[in-house]
Amino acid sequence: MFGWEFPPYISGGLGTACLGLTKGLASLGADILFVLPRLDSDEEGRHLSLVGANRVRAKVGVAEILELQERVSVLEVLSPLRPYLTEKQYRSLLEKTETISAREIMGELSNDFAGGYGENLMAEIVRYGLVAAHLANSEKFDVIHSHDWMTAPAGMEAKRVSGKPLVVHAHALEFDRSGEHVNQQVYEIERAGFEAADRIIAVSHFTKDTIVRRYGIAPDKVTVVHNAVSKERRIGQMRIQKPFKEKLVLFLGRITFQKGPDYFVEAAAKVLERNPNVRFAMAGSGDMFPRMVERMAELRMADKFHFLGFVRGADVERIYAMSDLYVMPSVSEPFGITPLEAMVYDVPSIVSKQSGVAEVLEDAVKIDFWDVDRLAWEILDILGNKERAQKLVEAGRRSLKKIQWDRAAAKVLDVYRQLTGGAQ
Amino acid sequence: MIPVCFYFQVHQPMRLNKGYSFFDMGVSHHYRDDDANRDILRKVAEKCYLPANRMMLDLINEFRGDFRISFAITGVAMEQFQEFCPEVLDSFRELAETGCVEFIGETHYHSLSFLFSREEFRRQVRMHAKVLEEFFGKKPVTFRNTELIYSNDLALEVERMGYKNILCEGADQVLGWRSPNYVYQPAGCTRLKALLKNYRLSDDVAFRFSDRGWDEWPVDADKFAGWVHAIAGNGDIVNLFMDYETIGEHQWADTGIFEFFRSLPRAILAHPDFIFRTPAEAAADLDPMAQLDVPYFTSWADLERDVSAWLGNSMQDQAAELAYALEDKVLDTGDDELIATWRELLTSDHFYYMCTKWFSDGDVHKYFNPYETPHQAFITYMNVLNDLALTVNNRNGNGRE
Repeated sequence: MFGWEFPPYISGGLGTACLGLTKGLASLGADILFVLPRLDSDEEGRHLSLVGANRVRAKVGVAEILELQERVSVLEVLSPLRPYLTEKQYRSLLEKTETISAREIMGELSNDFAGGYGENLMAEIVRYGLVAAHLANSEKFDVIHSHDWMTAPAGMEAKRVSGKPLVVHAHALEFDRSGEHVNQQVYEIERAGFEAADRIIAVSHFTKDTIVRRYGIAPDKVTVVHNAVSKERRIGQMRIQKPFKEKLVLFLGRITFQKGPDYFVEAAAKVLERNPNVRFAMAGSGDMFPRMVERMAELRMADKFHFLGFVRGADVERIYAMSDLYVMPSVSEPFGITPLEAMVYDVPSIVSKQSGVAEVLEDAVKIDFWDVDRLAWEILDILGNKERAQKLVEAGRRSLKKIQWDRAAAKVLDVYRQLTGGAQ
Repeated sequence: MIPVCFYFQVHQPMRLNKGYSFFDMGVSHHYRDDDANRDILRKVAEKCYLPANRMMLDLINEFRGDFRISFAITGVAMEQFQEFCPEVLDSFRELAETGCVEFIGETHYHSLSFLFSREEFRRQVRMHAKVLEEFFGKKPVTFRNTELIYSNDLALEVERMGYKNILCEGADQVLGWRSPNYVYQPAGCTRLKALLKNYRLSDDVAFRFSDRGWDEWPVDADKFAGWVHAIAGNGDIVNLFMDYETIGEHQWADTGIFEFFRSLPRAILAHPDFIFRTPAEAAADLDPMAQLDVPYFTSWADLERDVSAWLGNSMQDQAAELAYALEDKVLDTGDDELIATWRELLTSDHFYYMCTKWFSDGDVHKYFNPYETPHQAFITYMNVLNDLALTVNNRNGNGRE
């Protein structure tokens, strides 16, 4: 299995989903070799074998990798890209770096893998692909499974070397990240991965539709497996004491176009007009952060609207536990795990209809991301109507029972069986 | 005789703990960054306050009363001297005892209070006057508002409070073709005299002294004195107003700033028409040349010379509105510590850190800004202010259910 991130080193939901899925698969008896670009010592990986490309490479001779290079063609088209780049950052990066050739990458072999989504992401993706080919030669396995476009080239390389079936797992698409202004090269890599795959797993029907419509993939090649949430909560059942008496409404996610933070801010202002006894918290960072802070101040609600910055670890749990309502107004959300995480803390959610998670939450409150008036109305109603809030919490608990990683893992395992002709 | 008036601003804000987050609200009420405040104060004391005061004392002694200067030391700075570096206060006291130094009054917390609350303004001005009298044995008769923020209304208020003189910026938008080198009468006032900063000569020292890109660089005392002497015949007074930290901190010792000041009195006094006077002494001898009509706020900050360094973007306006909106509630608690904490939050620097105009003054702003972005400054400030508001509400019995 190839994945670009794994807890605790995550930038979003991808790493968390990889952890949950692999735990589920392991509990069903699958052996997983999980290849990360960089392995440090504290990843949460007792249930599987974690391999860091940074360590594999140390064992692989340069000659071996140079030999593999003969087969690397798709990799050479890559140029510097990052998945969550603003257009401005991207342009300045393009000015700096031309297409990276395989030889240059080999020249960088003395450098370590950094992991993450740094400036040299493309070079790392290429080197990671070379390591993948090496592993595919030396390890025993039945199925190759790669997560998102960063590891699609690695999956393709492994398939080319080993001839084993390839599953490409789509957690997020370029159209989600960038709207209509897609980065053409990321899109090309995504499409190449989908075309090379024997099967595609999409995290929602919402994502499957996009794959079929935008990437020209046959629908029967795409299986939908919804994400789940692990129900471990480290903070006890006791609600955390808030320092204020007002109800707290939470937004947690990257503060980027995709997540719709601006709709949350506008709705907050409308709520406060009607009911000043509400507070709002926005947790996360991203390129829209300064604009959101300024807009919030312009709407004159700084005594009621709090910015938390990027929260991690125990603070994530604390802020869920303090909240009375969670809002995910995403413009385009392939899945969106956060409403499920909120449910773990008995926090009801309002989610946008443009999200995959809406498909698995039958009883959740769903709105169009752009419908700020409706969003404000729902926030006011849920906060003011104890009975309705309680019903939503109970519905959430019921949903959570069904949304578990071992169920998702069973579906994935089923895909593996079909591809390997029934072999375990 | 043309008096040269030196006025040095001495100010250090009470910096906030940049790590004070949403999760600290209701848990911790300790807002100050004690380490930063102590370290910065000690550093600046070593580089500027102590050696500069030593130098000024030596010059005053050397010239036997012919070298005279003035200071505006903010209340927040004095409190920090007392806490972290009492020897600085001692050295100011030594200067006061020479009788050649005037101490100038202002708002104790170096605040924008005049723009938001007249009552709080008056309270802070009285507070500062009291502290000056306690420490230096004299009530102030000259006033300067925070960063020379000035308007007709301010001048009138200050006159009513009994001050005789006021300092302000000789801003182009106010003076037009007129010269800052005369004493003016603020519009609406009958007794108060206004002394205007000669910003060209002042900034030649404060900002350009070590600028190698400046076509006049390097400037020594004789060259500068030449520019001052050129005023003879077309001016009554030369007002050189600047941050005291110019000496040794903004302009490091290795730029030659100490040597410059050490040689300056002799160079200025080499011309028989020039003398040194404190602002109050100079104003007492001069009659206003004309009326000064400043209906809008001016200041000595940035190219705009207005209040846009502290107010004008939505974060600054919102933060200031909310801070001043707490006034009655905070005072109602009667809790001196809480009231002092609130007043520390009124210090203008907090709003300066939230400034988003990064044009020609971006460098200056960045130099003085402990935060990475104005947005971070705003968020930290609001977390602190919101916690203070919660504390105040709880104290006044409107707290949690």
